[in-house]
Amino acid sequence: MTQSNRLNQGGRIDRSRRLSFTFNGQQYMGFAGDTLASALLANGVDVVNRSFKYSRPRGITAAGPEEPNAIVQLGATEAAQVPNVRATQQALYDGLVARGTNGWPSVQRDVMSWVGKLGGGFMPPGFYYKTFMAPASMWMTYEKFIRKGAGLGRSPSEADPDIYDHFNQHCDVLVIGSGPAGLTAALSAARAGARVILCDEQEEMGGSLLDSRESIDGAPASAWAEQAVAELAGLDNVTLLPRTTANGYHDHNFVTLHERRTEHLADTAAAAGREGEVRARLHRVRAGRVVLASGSHERPLVYANNDVPGNLVAGAVSVYIRRYGVVPGQRLVLSTNNDHAYRAALDWQEAGREVVAVVDSRAKPDGDLAKQARDAGIRVITGSAVMEATGNQRVSGAKVVAIDTERFVVTGKVETLECDTIASSGGYSPVVHLASHTGKRPQWRDDLLGFVPGEVKGMHVAGGAHGVYALGEALADGAGVGAEAARAAGFEEAAAIAVPDVEVRHESPTSALYQVPHEKPPLRAPKQFVDLQNDVTAAAVELATREGFESIEHVKRYTALGFGTDQGKLGNINGMAIAARCLNRSIPDVGTTVFRPNYTPVSFGAIVGRHCRDLFDPERYTALHQWHVENGAEFEDVGQWKRPWYFPRRVNGKRETMHEAVARECLAVRRGVGILDASTLGKIDIQGPDAREFLGRVYTNKWAKLAPGRVRYGLMCKDDGMLMDDGTTSCLGENHFLMTTTTGGAAGVLEWLELWHQTEWPELQVYFGSVTDHWATMTVTGPDARKLMSEVTDIDLDREQFKFMDWKEGKVAGVPARVFRISFTGELAFEINVQANYAMHVWKALFAHGEKYDLTPYGTETMHVLRAEKGLIIAGQDTDGSVTPEDLGMHWAVGYDKPFSWIGQRALTRPDTAREDRKQLVGLKPKDPKVVLEEGAQIVLDPEQKIPMTMMGHVTSSYYSPVLESGFALAVLKGGRNRMGETVYLPMSDGSVHQAEVVSTVFIDPKGERQNV
Amino acid sequence: MFHIFCPYCQEYREEEEFHPSGQAHLVRPADPASVSDDEWGDYLFFRDNPRGIHHEMWVHRLGCRKFFNITRDTTSYEILETYRMGEQPSITAANAEVRREQGVQTADGGWQTVGAQPENSRLNEETPS
Amino acid sequence: MSEAHSEASVGNAATFDTHPGADAGVTPESPLQWSRVQGHVTEEGGAAEQIRVVERPFLGHLVLRGGAITLDEAVRAELGVSLPGKPLGLVLDAEGSRSVQWVSPDEWLVIVPAGEEFELENRLRARLGDAHFAIVNVGGGQTLLELSGEKARELLMKSVVYDVHEHGLPVGKAVGTVFAKTSVVLRRPTEARFELVVRRSFADYCVRWLRDAGREYGLRVESASP
Ligand SMILES: [Zn+2]
Repeated sequence: MTQSNRLNQGGRIDRSRRLSFTFNGQQYMGFAGDTLASALLANGVDVVNRSFKYSRPRGITAAGPEEPNAIVQLGATEAAQVPNVRATQQALYDGLVARGTNGWPSVQRDVMSWVGKLGGGFMPPGFYYKTFMAPASMWMTYEKFIRKGAGLGRSPSEADPDIYDHFNQHCDVLVIGSGPAGLTAALSAARAGARVILCDEQEEMGGSLLDSRESIDGAPASAWAEQAVAELAGLDNVTLLPRTTANGYHDHNFVTLHERRTEHLADTAAAAGREGEVRARLHRVRAGRVVLASGSHERPLVYANNDVPGNLVAGAVSVYIRRYGVVPGQRLVLSTNNDHAYRAALDWQEAGREVVAVVDSRAKPDGDLAKQARDAGIRVITGSAVMEATGNQRVSGAKVVAIDTERFVVTGKVETLECDTIASSGGYSPVVHLASHTGKRPQWRDDLLGFVPGEVKGMHVAGGAHGVYALGEALADGAGVGAEAARAAGFEEAAAIAVPDVEVRHESPTSALYQVPHEKPPLRAPKQFVDLQNDVTAAAVELATREGFESIEHVKRYTALGFGTDQGKLGNINGMAIAARCLNRSIPDVGTTVFRPNYTPVSFGAIVGRHCRDLFDPERYTALHQWHVENGAEFEDVGQWKRPWYFPRRVNGKRETMHEAVARECLAVRRGVGILDASTLGKIDIQGPDAREFLGRVYTNKWAKLAPGRVRYGLMCKDDGMLMDDGTTSCLGENHFLMTTTTGGAAGVLEWLELWHQTEWPELQVYFGSVTDHWATMTVTGPDARKLMSEVTDIDLDREQFKFMDWKEGKVAGVPARVFRISFTGELAFEINVQANYAMHVWKALFAHGEKYDLTPYGTETMHVLRAEKGLIIAGQDTDGSVTPEDLGMHWAVGYDKPFSWIGQRALTRPDTAREDRKQLVGLKPKDPKVVLEEGAQIVLDPEQKIPMTMMGHVTSSYYSPVLESGFALAVLKGGRNRMGETVYLPMSDGSVHQAEVVSTVFIDPKGERQNV
Repeated sequence: MFHIFCPYCQEYREEEEFHPSGQAHLVRPADPASVSDDEWGDYLFFRDNPRGIHHEMWVHRLGCRKFFNITRDTTSYEILETYRMGEQPSITAANAEVRREQGVQTADGGWQTVGAQPENSRLNEETPS
Repeated sequence: MSEAHSEASVGNAATFDTHPGADAGVTPESPLQWSRVQGHVTEEGGAAEQIRVVERPFLGHLVLRGGAITLDEAVRAELGVSLPGKPLGLVLDAEGSRSVQWVSPDEWLVIVPAGEEFELENRLRARLGDAHFAIVNVGGGQTLLELSGEKARELLMKSVVYDVHEHGLPVGKAVGTVFAKTSVVLRRPTEARFELVVRRSFADYCVRWLRDAGREYGLRVESASP
């Protein structure tokens, strides 16, 4: 196919670089500098999609992000699939493959087309709700069919080969949009020395200057734009971001920009010869000031069959002619209510194609452009509008009629003009989307017939974004606003740049016209589309108002107006105007919709950035990680830590199961000696003369008399009396303590201590510091622990010299160490702390000496079994924020008579915390020893009771004990301590019911003799 | 994404460095044993949820680790001031309108102006003598 | 370095020399040991890249807590530099090998060459006497990464939320901030160099992040021998 609509000259494309691309399976040629849309138009491709709901053929309508129809699925390979790309925003590259997003199985002819051919009443608003609601169970079936028919793009089924990232940007002034106002704003701010970021969503900076007919300083506007961009590019304090869409405007001038880095070059960065580079980048910009120079979108007029391919917004016609050298048809009819749109007719005629007529809704358009058109011999029909387009796959004519906009009626006879293109312009809507993201509603301006951005702190609006449309005025506005923004950002000397010279053009005022009246009543007339992407018609909006939806917010939800990726760019104002007319109210009176981020679709890759694959979440390693890996550990995630879970061995050529490994590890500790990497325990250094007093306030038990060299277990509650964390704290010196916390509680406990110190008791002289990472901790435990330790340390290990709950200082394997005689296994145990950089040396030395004792490394699973056999809790597993120390049977760890009202004390004296039927920690022994109860399983007393059964508690920890040769569990049970010996029942989801006996929480060595040897 | 002036670090920092810590100016009863269960319950659980001016405690978790207070408008998310622990807010629901009218507060585009000092990139040129 | 490791209690706090001494034959492992095994870190030197990341392992890291005036006097006497009294200040001694950094109004981070920290702590404690202060040795828990090269700033923009431009982070400034999904202390000791103080357990994550983020510029991670 040839580029039949391509002009021989003109445009900003590079005719020396021919690019081949494929659309809907057909191969075409375009040029470097084309968008996919301009290339399709150049090749005379009329139908690019089927519409969402009615499956009507659709063509390209606009030239920018407001394009509602030409939404394509991009990608030559499965892995490179990208849905929801607007053809108008996608730069053409060699080998580009795209297809229309909607329309299954083909755009040209599809099985859904019957839907569109049926009368307008067939699918009214609310159609899906009304029709497919019953029976409810069928909705899934209907939806599948509808979605497949409608098509919403699809995600790739293979991994994305590209990489993405985030950039944290900070600037004094962020200028959004590089049209005339954006460029002068950036220049004013930049020349004042401000750090400026200028972003623009298009391939090339310059905005409307690139397709302008006007001159600046006597040269084409585009030349001035090039020169301004060049100046900015040369300044160190300016960051230029072309191809970058400002997609979200968040609190306190935080703006997210989405930059396409290689998407304009090829399917993947690698295919573009830029292996390793990022495909798209999300800039997270914190701006001192934001200059919103986002310009405006031209509104199409709403008339019958305004969706047939060949209907375009007027400005897009000029863009395609002047920027891409493409005339999207042969014979043009222009329907307008304003002067500016006349340039489409002038451009068309200058391109050598026929302008059939300009149809102007105004009685006496006498602006300069209108005069110019008349002088050029163009027929201008006044007081009229295009009422209806004819044609099916392409416009074949325009029905023109005189109208009375006040009374909303046609007043004359219909004349049909033969044409293949209808351009329409209903005026301009400032792009208020970004400002609206902040929650500030746009404000209606009657003089502009449009909404302008609401006032946002730190934001300045320039140019078309607040209705300053004339070129000279926009340049001047931007220059002033840029300087104002720079001054507000602290550059007090900032001044507006001298505004270049632009000829002032006389324009006659725009008339208020949104929907063109039809000779038939609205519900009978052919469809008049308001929102092309969501297939919302004027009749649908009218029907919604008749059905009682009075607020535009409700109309929107009922009709889907402005939904999805469209966000109402072309249709919102027209929809509101129609609703206002039907309700006989003003546009601002029916409200305005809130636009939400993102302005245009953003790829998931850019949102994720580098936070994926092995960098999805930090993995924290202990100093012994390498050893664990090399010794075959299976790892468990504990918070962000990677902790050895168990160490399976090969036995008779077979790798142990977890059950086998854990049983072996448990027995090794109970009968010989085992070792655990406990480095992940939180450790907090506490110093100061009031350290002891502070401990007494944050722990439930007493600390006044703990002597240097001694260790104590403590419970920490919140002020509601519920357990929060637990651990041991050692007295290192009279005013110096080392607190340990649970692995998961480390950061939270430190902040908790700071909170109380900083906010409640700042008078206490105490400091806290995290030493979690500083110390590596190894627990050597089991009956042989002393024998092993005696080979590697100079510390006197005599049981009288070094008692249970003592700590000593000395050397272990030649490394200075603090050794703590505390036990989480119930066995004799030594917890060794050494500076982490020396941990591997000590660990390996222990294994060198431990071989003869079969020193067995064990992981968290064995640790859990061993501690549960002893009834030792894990805060956060056996407790859940509703469990008091009393509930745990830890009365002994609560100092009710301490002088200060420590955290939790008051709550523990409430009647509720003294209730006898609170859930209390108990042991459960399954009647069938082979059963390991499910953690979380609910406990009932009567298994025959009808559902809902009375739930008495639940299992908190449950394991198999190789020592007991039975499953066993810890549980919380209402009034549990008074139920010792009772049988309880645990109904499972498969209908089976387990039985268990309520027993003590301590399953092994109830007197604690084994650890005290 | 708030931009929060840390009154200790003396500059604006990104919200990600901070963590909210609930309502500010809660007073723990001096003698908890002497208050009723109801009063204790109020202290523990009952919090204001105003539309408009709210005083909140935040912590500069990844920065200086200090707790401080923020006066924030819950409708606009505007932070009107930040101030150190132990200080009282200069803007309250009672005086906010007056202060706005006086132009004392909520300066255009600056978000936290009371207690806040302008960012100063030359902060570290001097050291104490 | 003192061979003795017995409890040297100055005042009522316990001090502790964590080092075994040179003659003990104990080889320390830096927090990047596992990264090295994984091939993420090479020895110092080698082909020039646009960004160099060099680990300075085993340095002495002490956290000082207390009042600025009290601590300033002691620090000046023992280290010869003033305590940065203004927020976010970072000062270096004449050699550039010892630094004091403002962390919060009552907290400073002191980094000194390997093995100096225990003696320094004892001298500071002796000088501070009965004042209310705290000194915590955290040297095993963190390591220092130096970043240099023309693209170092871009690399940091990908990694930290703080403004790393000259205006935000001039020489002599240091901040605690967000790095990827963890936190670091970010320092600007000289014109040519940024520093990251990273926690030991997060060091591998940080290095993998830097390597990934720096791939498009060319980046080497090296570890300096002490
Ligand atoms: Zn701070």
